[in-house]
Amino acid sequence: MNRLVFQNIFRFVLLMLLQIVLLNKINFYGYLNPFVYILFILLLPFETPGWLLLVLSFVTGFTIDIFSGTPGLHTAASVLAGFARPSVIKLVGERDEYDSSMYPSLQNMGLKWFLTYTVILVFLHHAALNFLDVFSFVEFFQTLLRVLVSTIFTVLFIILIEYIFAPRKEKR
Amino acid sequence: MRNILAFIVRFHFLLLFIILEVVAITMLVNSTYYQQSAILNTGNAVTGKFYTSASNITSYFKLRRTNELLSIENSILRQGSEFSFLKNDTNSFWKSDTLYKQQYKYIVARVIHNSVGKRNNYIMLDKGKRFGIQKDMAVITPNGIAGTVVSVSENFSWVMSLLNKHTRVSARIPKNGQMGTVVWNGVDPSVGTLTDIPAHVKLLRGDTIVTSGFSNIFPSGLMLGTIKDFRVEQGEHFYLIPFTFSVDFNSLDYVYVVKNLMKEEQDQLKQTTGEQANE
Repeated sequence: MNRLVFQNIFRFVLLMLLQIVLLNKINFYGYLNPFVYILFILLLPFETPGWLLLVLSFVTGFTIDIFSGTPGLHTAASVLAGFARPSVIKLVGERDEYDSSMYPSLQNMGLKWFLTYTVILVFLHHAALNFLDVFSFVEFFQTLLRVLVSTIFTVLFIILIEYIFAPRKEKR
Repeated sequence: MRNILAFIVRFHFLLLFIILEVVAITMLVNSTYYQQSAILNTGNAVTGKFYTSASNITSYFKLRRTNELLSIENSILRQGSEFSFLKNDTNSFWKSDTLYKQQYKYIVARVIHNSVGKRNNYIMLDKGKRFGIQKDMAVITPNGIAGTVVSVSENFSWVMSLLNKHTRVSARIPKNGQMGTVVWNGVDPSVGTLTDIPAHVKLLRGDTIVTSGFSNIFPSGLMLGTIKDFRVEQGEHFYLIPFTFSVDFNSLDYVYVVKNLMKEEQDQLKQTTGEQANE
C-alpha cells in the first residue's frame, strides 16, 4: 500500500516537471499543445475511491494552473476527466478480477484497451480545456482542430512514455 | 436528516464533482478577464523563482540574437546622438532643455515565461512594482511592440501578449495615415490582423503598420508589422488585413517596459471632457 502511494507521488512530480519545464514550451503553428500531465489521472489504481480520484484530479489541474497562469482552466478540465474516468473504464470493459494495487497501464491492459481508454479521456480533457480557454463557440471549428491535433500528440506522447518507463512484466 | 445523509453518501461522487467543478469555473471566470493577479501573487514566490532559474538557462541560447538586436539598436541611437552631427553654425547651435519635455521612460526587463500556442497568451517579466512597473504600461522590444502589463506584484509582472483574444491596439499606416485596430485571431503566432481600414484606401503588400499613439499606452510610431495580404469580405466596408508581426514572439528575451510620464494628465483630460459630454 505504501509503495503504491510513493509510486504515485513520484509519478506526479515527474509528470508535473515534464509538463511545466518541457511540454508547455512546445507548440506548432498555435495548434499543437500536448498536455501529458493527464497521464497521472489515467494511471491511478482501479480501486481509487471516487472522492479521492476527484480531489487528486483537482490538485493535478491546479498545480498546472499555477505554473501556467491560467487559474481554473486546467483544474476544470482535469476534474471533468477524473469524473469521467470510472464511466470510461466501464465503457471500455472491466477486467473480471484484479487486485487493489492494479492500475490501468498499457502493460496491464494491453495496447487496444489502453489506447481506447486514453483517446476517450484525453479528447474529453482537451475539448473542455480548449473550449473553456476560448470561452465561446464562435471559432468552433478552429478550436475543434486545436483539440484534435493536441489530442493526437498527447496520446502519442503517453504511449511513448508508457513504452519507455513501464516496468517489464513477464507474460501470464 | 437521515435521508439527506443517505442521499449525500449515495451521490457523493457526483456532488463532489459538481462542487469542485464550480470552484474551478469560478476561478476561471473571475480571472479570465485579464487574468487577475490573485494567482500571480500567491503562487508568485514559487513560480517566479522557478521561471527565473529556468530562463537563466534558456537565455543563453538566444544570446547571439539578443546581441545582434542590441547592436543594431545602438547604431540607430548613435545616429541620433549629438556627436554624430556636424555643427556647421557654432553660434546658433545649442540644446534647449525647455523645448523638450520627457514623456517616456524605459525600464529593461527580462522575459521569464512566455507562450505563443494558446488562444490567450501571457508573458511574465522578472521586474515588478519595486522597479516602477505599473498596470497598463506598454512592453516593447527593439523590433516593435510585444504587449501590455495587466498585473504587477512586488518582483514580477504579468503581461498580456499581443497574441491574445483581448488585444486591441490602435494602429496607423504611415504611408496614407489611415487608422485601424490590430487584433489577433488565434491561429498563427507570426500573423496579426488589422481591421477598420476603409475599403476605398489603396494598399500594397509590404506596407508598414505602426502604433498610432492614441491610447496613452504605446508611444506613437512603433513598428507593428508589414502587410501580408488584404481583402474585403463580401458586404463589408472595411478591409481584413493579415500582417506579419515584426516581433518574433517565440524568441522574446529582453524587453523594455514603457512608462508614459504624462499618462495621468492625458487620462484626466479625457475624463473631464467625457464628463462634460455626458452632462
